[in-house]
Amino acid sequence: MKSPLHLVAWTLSGILGLTAIAAQAQTPARFADNMAERTRACMACHGDQGRAGPDGYYPRLAGKPAGYLHNQLRNFAQGRRHYELMTRLIDPLTDEYLGEMARYFSSLDLPYLPPSASNAITPERLAKGQQLVTQGDASRGLPACTQCHGARLTGVQTNVPGLLGLPLDYLNAQLGAWQTGQRKALAPDCMAEVVKRIPAEDLIAVSSWLARQPLPADTHPAAKAPEGKPLPEALRCGSAPALSGGRP
Amino acid sequence: MRSALKSRLRWGWIGGLLALSAFVVWDNWGDALRPKSFSTPDSQVSAASVERGQYLARAGNCIACHSAKGSASMAGGRRIDTPFGSVFSSNLTPDPVTGLGTWDRDDFWRALHHGRSKDGRLLTPAFPYNHTSVITRQDSDDLLAWLQSLPKVKQPQPDHTLIWPIGTQAALAVWRTLFFKPRPFQSDAGETPEWNRGAYLVQGLGHCAACHSPRNALGASGPVSDLTGGLMPVVNWYAPNLTSERETGLASTPLPEIVRLLRTGTSAKAQTSGPMAEVVQHGTQHMTEADLQAMGVYLQSRAQKSADAAPVAVRTKVSLPVAEKGLQIYDRHCAQCHGEQGQGVITAAGDKAYPSLTGNRAVLLNDPTNLVQMVLYGGYGPATRLHPRPFGMPPAVLELEDRDIAAVLTHLRTQWGNQANEVTPLQVNRIRAAQGH
Repeated sequence: MKSPLHLVAWTLSGILGLTAIAAQAQTPARFADNMAERTRACMACHGDQGRAGPDGYYPRLAGKPAGYLHNQLRNFAQGRRHYELMTRLIDPLTDEYLGEMARYFSSLDLPYLPPSASNAITPERLAKGQQLVTQGDASRGLPACTQCHGARLTGVQTNVPGLLGLPLDYLNAQLGAWQTGQRKALAPDCMAEVVKRIPAEDLIAVSSWLARQPLPADTHPAAKAPEGKPLPEALRCGSAPALSGGRP
Repeated sequence: MRSALKSRLRWGWIGGLLALSAFVVWDNWGDALRPKSFSTPDSQVSAASVERGQYLARAGNCIACHSAKGSASMAGGRRIDTPFGSVFSSNLTPDPVTGLGTWDRDDFWRALHHGRSKDGRLLTPAFPYNHTSVITRQDSDDLLAWLQSLPKVKQPQPDHTLIWPIGTQAALAVWRTLFFKPRPFQSDAGETPEWNRGAYLVQGLGHCAACHSPRNALGASGPVSDLTGGLMPVVNWYAPNLTSERETGLASTPLPEIVRLLRTGTSAKAQTSGPMAEVVQHGTQHMTEADLQAMGVYLQSRAQKSADAAPVAVRTKVSLPVAEKGLQIYDRHCAQCHGEQGQGVITAAGDKAYPSLTGNRAVLLNDPTNLVQMVLYGGYGPATRLHPRPFGMPPAVLELEDRDIAAVLTHLRTQWGNQANEVTPLQVNRIRAAQGH
């Protein structure tokens, strides 16, 4: 049997421990004059260190190709993408500073959460999604997603984003926005053209399959697009000239 | 007998109305009958004139209204919302059909000085022609020289969507008779040339009173020299009273600090946000030291000459639940950057990363509009040449409810020696609702 003294000691050390934790929580993190501090405004929605937001609508920023992130900031600044909160934040900033922010988020190497999509969808539809992602549809002139977004679908340096590790809601919102012209990229807008060629009823199959895929062992964007024939003239990308042999 | 009287009265009324209408017409278009007295040869436009024009356009921040997001600079088409509907800015590039391609100096002068277009149409006062009326003929010619040097952009101006009859020429004519008189700059012989240069810039190109003076029910701002502050309609920012020591402190702020704020967007005790950040970004950061100094001298002298109303002693009695909630939200969301005592953070290089909230005039303004804006939507100060990497504040709009924001603002307005009145959830909600999210 433990003595009452023991109990008192345990209780005391417990209280001291708790107090210590409380004191620690109250001490503000040391201020460092760096980009992490300068991008705090982004974290409220995009999560700590840009690891993805709380509600599925705000995408992860960490580890995305810097050129892609910079292009998106420019798209918001120049009215090709629309989200008032975002525009308002970046309007007072210069293109150089936005580029620095893009490079900062791109440099962050953070683990991904396992995929969490659980929407109801039949295995046949999922298989259709997988087929479109990995093979495209030659009859519609639709290239496979992997042709530009990398064989691992983790994106391609420096302007093409990865498609894995994104919440289903975000993927749906973006594909829908491409479809309605609400989201645009620098002309010629290849992604707008691609989405036009995906049958509307298959968009959800594509997003559902993507949102269910675990990340591969190497989550980094590929250095180069997969070898193969270059994009046809109709699918040239203003935002990623490298995909069509350097011609914007 | 009675019917004769009635008839005479009726004719009297009609005659009076006709005379009044004639006066309004003469008042708005009368000068068109006079010969072009300011005409100067258009032939030689010097490179120096183009360069001066570009500088003046920046000083006037013309680009803010005359450029739409993602479109060519100065090609107009930007929508400007007013309480009376929306207006769209005009294309100032030299395109002959949709821009100013066929305009000569007299036409441009008439627009700036008289607020009338080349075809005689009265312009809507969303174009602040009470201020551009102050601009000298030389500056007007230089501005046009620069505009005519820009690439031609074919972009028609969309039609205004003002509520009837506000946008009609008759209504504009009456409005102008009531509130507008073309008026060149009135210099003050008793003041220095520097002071007068500052006054010219503030009242003319700078069009400071367009925001920093109260607007009446018909949307007219005060005289061009009125700097007593006003709530900007639609966008919901309060442009503080520049003559008030309590609101802006210009009387006691060292002159170099005033210049620094206009040039970099930030100074030791203040920083710009909202519409003023835009003014610094596109306008004042590009101005010369001498011009900024002149504006500082003028603004400071105006502030020093005005007697502030004695401060009202504010004893805010905050209920316990509000006080507790305010402290809790402050500790959780604000303290990490602004410090437990609201002291803020200065970087090792002496840069203000997070402003101190104690004694901060923006925190203590009687009207909490700007504070609510800042907490709801966060934001960065302007990135300027001399302050290129500002720190920013996260938006709280998705995370905090109106009650939370009201409580935390009340907290910081009543802590650490701060004495300002309570902010209510209703005040927060009014701005959130007006902004649409």
